Amino acid sequence: MSSLEQSSLYQLTLTRFRLFLREPEAIFWIFIFPILLAVGLGIAFRNRPADVLQVAATTTQLTRALSSDKGLTASTMDEPQGTHALATGGILLLAIKTPEGVQYKYDDTNPDARTARLLADRAIQTEAGRRDTVAAGNQLVHETGARYIDFVVPGLLGMNLMSSAIWGLGFAIVEARQKKLLKRLVASPMPRWQYLASYLLSRLVMLVIEVGAFLGFARFVFGVPFRGSFLELAFLCVLTSLSFSALGLLVASRARTMEAASGLMNLVMLPMWILSGVFFSASRFPAIIQPVVRALPLTAAIDALRGNMLQGLNLGQMMMPVGTLLIWLIVPFAVSLRIFRWR
Amino acid sequence: MAENWIHQRPIAEGKTAQAEAPSLLLRGLRKAFTDVVAVDGLDLEVTRGECFGLLGPNGAGKTTTIEICEGLTDPDAGTVELLGLNWKAGANELRQRIGIQLQETQFPDKMTVEETLYLFRSFFKHGISVDESIKTAQLEEKRTSRVGGLSGGQKQRLAMACALVGDPELLFLDEPTTGLDPQARRHLWDLVDELKRAGRTIILTTHYMDEAERLCDRVAIMDHGKIIALGTPQQLIGSIGGEHIVEFALNGDVDVAPLLAVPGVQSHRVDAGLHQLSVSHLHTAVPAIFAALAGQNLNLSEFRTHSATLEDVFVGLTGRNLRDE
Repeated sequence: MSSLEQSSLYQLTLTRFRLFLREPEAIFWIFIFPILLAVGLGIAFRNRPADVLQVAATTTQLTRALSSDKGLTASTMDEPQGTHALATGGILLLAIKTPEGVQYKYDDTNPDARTARLLADRAIQTEAGRRDTVAAGNQLVHETGARYIDFVVPGLLGMNLMSSAIWGLGFAIVEARQKKLLKRLVASPMPRWQYLASYLLSRLVMLVIEVGAFLGFARFVFGVPFRGSFLELAFLCVLTSLSFSALGLLVASRARTMEAASGLMNLVMLPMWILSGVFFSASRFPAIIQPVVRALPLTAAIDALRGNMLQGLNLGQMMMPVGTLLIWLIVPFAVSLRIFRWR
Repeated sequence: MAENWIHQRPIAEGKTAQAEAPSLLLRGLRKAFTDVVAVDGLDLEVTRGECFGLLGPNGAGKTTTIEICEGLTDPDAGTVELLGLNWKAGANELRQRIGIQLQETQFPDKMTVEETLYLFRSFFKHGISVDESIKTAQLEEKRTSRVGGLSGGQKQRLAMACALVGDPELLFLDEPTTGLDPQARRHLWDLVDELKRAGRTIILTTHYMDEAERLCDRVAIMDHGKIIALGTPQQLIGSIGGEHIVEFALNGDVDVAPLLAVPGVQSHRVDAGLHQLSVSHLHTAVPAIFAALAGQNLNLSEFRTHSATLEDVFVGLTGRNLRDE
């Protein structure tokens, strides 16, 4: 037997790997699911050429005026036809000829319809002879990094780091406790710190595979940008994973049954799924709950990951989220070491 | 053969200061949980090389006692000394020198026998090789099988192997054969016999009296957290007066006095309609018992005799059967 094989930390870590890799469901949730989610979102929110908006007018003269704008396709309808088309989503706006001039019929809560209103009015006024008083030109920007997929990839990465750490640690520890394996281990001369360390070590190795596969996919399939330092991105991933591992440890430190643990984990993760800005910016939540939103570890993790990947910020420019993650690493870890139930 | 793999352990091994110390010394041990006093003032001494049994019904306090000895539960009062050491000062050394098999440990299903043993072996500074532990527990054929596919007996032998990898001086077995079929039980008894022959000190709990009689040099019978009898199985069986038990059932009420007057009959009790007599000279006593019953015009519906067991000792001491829980 080599000295490595005799090392209890090595054997414990090896045990973690074996148990993880022999659980096919876990592999799906941690490696396959995030990629599937990214693919799904990538398809749903893929960037199309600027939409051409469907509008209609009650006279052919108006229709011709509308058609002169590249952003609109216009058809002619009488008013009842047009109203029906509006109601069923066939058109966004109906321009109605009146004795005084023109009336626009549209839904002002729909952003596309408001755009159609602006374009239609401009086309009709221009056709009638209005001249712009300020000369205006356009510079069009289609930059990677501003697309939805670019926004959502760091969010999914943060969410995945959270789920794999909390589920991974929480379930494995509570299962060992429920099956009295934990008690059997502490009845042996196993150093207790090594048991917890084996979870962190195996997590870190798994992290390389997990993050590598996901970000590699995002890079090569969607061309998601990496503007910050890779080393700092790696540091952020490790810090995030360790913080959530500490939280997973805390969740698992007392629970005796899988059901209790499962409930606790959902209780911990659910607010973050909703509030932490995985799919849309967390700043959309009202100012009154922003302090809570900002204090969540997932918000901090995602802010830092987006800062690194999309804005190219360095760690020094992200002291707030990095500090928040550090606090979430230290406090739960210290508390769970105190209250951990070894039997 | 398996015994080749178990090292002979001289009884006086270890540091000289500790060499004389008993394997286990308990003084005034007490442990209460919120609803029950599990251990109620226990004194016990187990010498080196002894196979000692803690017997009693479920809930008698056996497991609490053994877990206090194993350093897994803190007693409310009293002292525990193992191999001359205690859990406060010598925990790390003790963990290296004792072997433990707990009730209901479930090793991970997806690990193999061999992997599980390599894991446990890695915790001990000294010990036997994984190969040796597999041979001792006779798990050679299951070496690369997953734990989830093992039978109950094989799992229990794996638990034994995990307790043995550190080559322990003192071995704790908590209900090692509970839930096993008779063949698997005998298989495990053979393994304990090997360990006894190799000079290990073994402390086991069981609620099977036959197991204690078969394996143990000395036994302590526990009930309600106290030791109610202590001695070799022969001494304890001898203590109830007769070596035989006569059991019979009748169709009516019996006057007990003529039965107790029969020479050799020591005592009488009734359990669930079954009369039990403790008898010392079976061949002369039985005809006299028949005569005494016939004299009262009663019909026997059952009549049998057996050698007295520890079960009868327990019944004699507590008035209850072991399984009455």
